[in-house]
Amino acid sequence: MSLNLIIVALLFTAVSGLPGLMLSRASLWSQRIAVACMCLGSLAGLIGAGLGLYNPMTTAVSFPWPAMGDSLIGVDALSAFFLVPIFLMGGLGSIYGLGYWPQRRYPRTGKRLHVFWGGLVAGMALLVISKHAIAFLFGWEAMALSAFFLVSLEDHRPECRKAGLIYLMATHIGTLTLFGLFVCWRWATGSYGLHPVANDALSLSVMNGIFFLALLAFSLKAGVMPIHFWLPGAHTQAPSHVSAILSGVVLKMGIYGLLRILSLLPNPPATWGGLLLVLGAVSGLFGVVFALGQHDLKRLLAYHSVENIGIILMGMGLAMLGRSFNHPEWVVLGMAGCLLHVWNHSFFKSLLFFGAGSVVHATGTRQIDRLGGLAKPMPWTAAMFLVGAVAICGLPPLNGFISEWFVFLGFLRAGTTIGTSGSAVMIGAPILAMIGALAVACFVKVYGAVFLGTARTSGAAHAHEAPFSMRGPMLFLAAACAVIGLAPVLLSPILDAVIANFSGATEASRLSLTSVAPLKIISAISIWLLVCILALWLFLYLIGRVRHRGLTWDCGYAQPTSRMQYTASSFAQMIVSMFSWILRPRGGQQQVSGAFPKPAGMHTHVDDVVLDRVIVPGFHDLEQRFGWFRRFQQGLTQNYMLYILITVILMLSTLIPFKEIFAFLIAR
Amino acid sequence: MEMLNALLVIVLVLNLFALGTSRILSVIHIVATQGALLGVIPLLLHEHLSLPVILAAAAAILLKGIVIPSIMIRSLRAAQIKREVEPLIGLLPSVILGALATAFVLLFSKQLPLAAHPVNTLIVPASISTVLVGFILLTTRFKALSQVLGYLVLENGIFIFGMLLVQAIPLVVEMGMFLDLFVGVFVISIITNHINQAFSSMDTRMLVSLKEE
Repeated sequence: MSLNLIIVALLFTAVSGLPGLMLSRASLWSQRIAVACMCLGSLAGLIGAGLGLYNPMTTAVSFPWPAMGDSLIGVDALSAFFLVPIFLMGGLGSIYGLGYWPQRRYPRTGKRLHVFWGGLVAGMALLVISKHAIAFLFGWEAMALSAFFLVSLEDHRPECRKAGLIYLMATHIGTLTLFGLFVCWRWATGSYGLHPVANDALSLSVMNGIFFLALLAFSLKAGVMPIHFWLPGAHTQAPSHVSAILSGVVLKMGIYGLLRILSLLPNPPATWGGLLLVLGAVSGLFGVVFALGQHDLKRLLAYHSVENIGIILMGMGLAMLGRSFNHPEWVVLGMAGCLLHVWNHSFFKSLLFFGAGSVVHATGTRQIDRLGGLAKPMPWTAAMFLVGAVAICGLPPLNGFISEWFVFLGFLRAGTTIGTSGSAVMIGAPILAMIGALAVACFVKVYGAVFLGTARTSGAAHAHEAPFSMRGPMLFLAAACAVIGLAPVLLSPILDAVIANFSGATEASRLSLTSVAPLKIISAISIWLLVCILALWLFLYLIGRVRHRGLTWDCGYAQPTSRMQYTASSFAQMIVSMFSWILRPRGGQQQVSGAFPKPAGMHTHVDDVVLDRVIVPGFHDLEQRFGWFRRFQQGLTQNYMLYILITVILMLSTLIPFKEIFAFLIAR
Repeated sequence: MEMLNALLVIVLVLNLFALGTSRILSVIHIVATQGALLGVIPLLLHEHLSLPVILAAAAAILLKGIVIPSIMIRSLRAAQIKREVEPLIGLLPSVILGALATAFVLLFSKQLPLAAHPVNTLIVPASISTVLVGFILLTTRFKALSQVLGYLVLENGIFIFGMLLVQAIPLVVEMGMFLDLFVGVFVISIITNHINQAFSSMDTRMLVSLKEE
């Protein structure tokens, strides 16, 4: 039943954009049909995934596929868990698109958007339910290519084309690595089926090979720090709801792939968990540090995705270490943090990107320092963005807190374990705390500069609230964040099922999440906190009748203007300079001197550490070294024919019996 | 067998004629003759003549001997050019080159690792040397129509090689190959016409300007 529903959903989403292709550009029905199909498909898919989650029975259907061995698709708890954000965001994003990317305003790109949006969602659903490497690759490529067309939707802008190409390069490197991975898998296990490997079936070096290939391919997609280079550009240049699904769901497919492969391999060595933990810590910390240095709202959110992927990887690393050292508590807490953060991040990051989309929609700019004071014209968006910001910072009473708290608990349990391994793992806890603190600083900067204060430009001053089709999805996501934050107990059976699916533990030896984490107490504290906040707000509202009118950042000046406010850059300047060894902000400042100084300005910019300082210069260097090769490529067909002829002759000349000719000559 | 070898020798001689002629119209005639001769070969190879074999041979003769040449002659007239003015290497050197290639292939074709060597026929050397002559035409001539002719000679070479498998290839596949060829030449002729009208030149070297910097 669950699988049938999901297949129906997959078909609905895959074809959602196609009817619109028959209609004319001016017709509004192409978008309406696409959204209706997406919503129906999403609903069916969500029901299917829900059934799959609550009845964690592995259902599988096999399709005859002679060339590749029979293909299998099936839903188990892990697949169903990842299907939820896929279908949820697929549906909500298309509804959001009604207001954000209406066919009337974007007749040129609208239909393309719907076709590839459907392809993206269907591709992800297929890859999540496939239990066969080739079917997995099909889904993976459908997802990757649809995402490319969505990123480069506005291909009349050069920066958009550039971001699309960089993404395409990155994703193809990932696919190539996946080919390698599955060839290895086939060679080692004897089939393309993704089935658990028996104990001691593979030697350690083979397992290591499979793990490192999987790590490279999937962390390229997930955007783990040293290879996240495609991510900021793609998330910035895509339309906001595309950024939301990219960041909220597509990145998670990397996490899914990694989890799937890890769940199939028995007896992981401790280096894997350690490596995942270190990678997680690096991307978590540097992701948020780079986010602090950004001036572009969506680029900043993109770097926060790197940070959150880091937190997810830290949880995964802890769980893997738990499997290696045989500590079921670490596995349960680490996986619970990892999995729940997958959901949470897809909810609150999509919420934030939707909020950023409303801001862009209302003001036409993404530059944080050109906005300001938007809380007054856009109260809904401001409130929703605040919910998302509190959630992403990992503050109670919202959902981000719960998942980070699981990881914290895991680290602290590890610290109390006897032995050096435990205390080494505990280093993760202060790093996670630091990530949280920096995230708070970053979102204070964003929220303060964008929604508080007064408008810095006329565009921001004439902002308007988003239409209901955009507010609705945001409200839904905000409510989801709040529900998970206030009642995490609801999710514990789901998480238990997925963790059991991941670690392969038997019914008897399994720890349940409620036994290692005091979920009910946390709920009570969160609700109490919420009540306190509401009471405080009510109290202040009742007594605060006297209002002081003035600018938020007026700094005590008598006649402040909007230009005298703190800017986002100046707010973050201290932290940026603290991390200038990695951020290396570029910028220039003209000196102001004399009694009547000339107009002066300053600007700063933070390059991406990998893309702008390693990859681009490296490729330029490579291009110069191989410049001589250009003379072989002159564009003359005759020359190319000559190359073919030379090759043919060289190959034929291997037939010349040189040995016999020599023998003949010498004999004479 | 004698008959077959005689035909193949004529094909080889026609190759050299094609290399040594600068008038494009003559080259078209030569290639047409070659194609028509090749169409006869399957009739000689089959022991029992059946309807499909006769159909395929008739199609080959009709297409290579009549249809394609007439299309090309039309586009030649439209283009108002008569000869290949400046080939990359002169006509005589290219004839010598072609002859050398033919000799080379005749000497060494016995060394080819084929599954079953056809006894006493020239099929393999004739096919390879025709392919090589096609390549020489393709690399040394610059007019668009000469390029098409080079391609046709190349295809003729491949066709001769296909004679080795003549018992095994079904009619449908053979017809498919003819259709391919026909459509290819048809399209190229139309394109050359348009290129000629738009740029008043048929020199393929102009295509260099399409190259990305």
